[in-house]
Amino acid sequence: MSMLARVQVPAQARRGDVFPIRIAIQHPMETGYRPDNFGRRIARNVINTLTCRYNGVEVFRAEMGSGVSANPQLQFYVRAESSGELVFDWVDDSGQRGSERAPIAVTG
Amino acid sequence: MPADRRRFLVSCSALALAPELACAQQNPQRDALLRDVTRGGPLRIGRVVVDTPTLADNGHSVPLRIAVDSPMTAADHVRRITILAERNPRPLVASYALGPHCGRAEIVTRIRVADSQDVIAVAELSDGSFWMGSAHIIVTELACLEG
Repeated sequence: MSMLARVQVPAQARRGDVFPIRIAIQHPMETGYRPDNFGRRIARNVINTLTCRYNGVEVFRAEMGSGVSANPQLQFYVRAESSGELVFDWVDDSGQRGSERAPIAVTG
Repeated sequence: MPADRRRFLVSCSALALAPELACAQQNPQRDALLRDVTRGGPLRIGRVVVDTPTLADNGHSVPLRIAVDSPMTAADHVRRITILAERNPRPLVASYALGPHCGRAEIVTRIRVADSQDVIAVAELSDGSFWMGSAHIIVTELACLEG
């Protein structure tokens, strides 16, 4: 199962401006409390960690549990410093990893 | 007579304060959760806004916005925001590490809410202090208990 994800980062920003980042990942975020069709519990499997690096520096990290909704959505903010790239990495309980990257051009 | 009146007023104000004290003491589970987050440190109420709909039809996906009043500079910023839903089977919903690079201490996400309850957000600031805000959510269809 591949993890589809969509990241929204503005293409450009002025230096010093704070801009929003939105990320949505397709993932069931299995709680571990849900039974399958045969009544057996489906094992817990959630995206437990997501990080955002801006030109190699970690600027944001989310540690999530089963209380986060399926297909997790997250919006947070980052201050524009220099042109480069934002890299998002995440991993779930089964060890499956996902990654997205978005370029940003900083002016001024 | 004025002394009596004074005593009466003092006891009235004590009564008025009593419910808050009672709340703080009556919920050992919440106290234990908060102690885990603050590692036993003092926790103050304020600076954290938890924004949710008061009534959620569906507990599986409740929008949640958390904003902390902070300049987010290198000297004064939010280090961590923790979301707690005490009546969920796993009360620790999520925890976010932030820093001065964020520029703004605000997070929007969607969470599962197992029952009508207070959703609590705790912010740890760079000076080591902890601040808390909460919002009450009423859910009509509960999450986490589906069969």
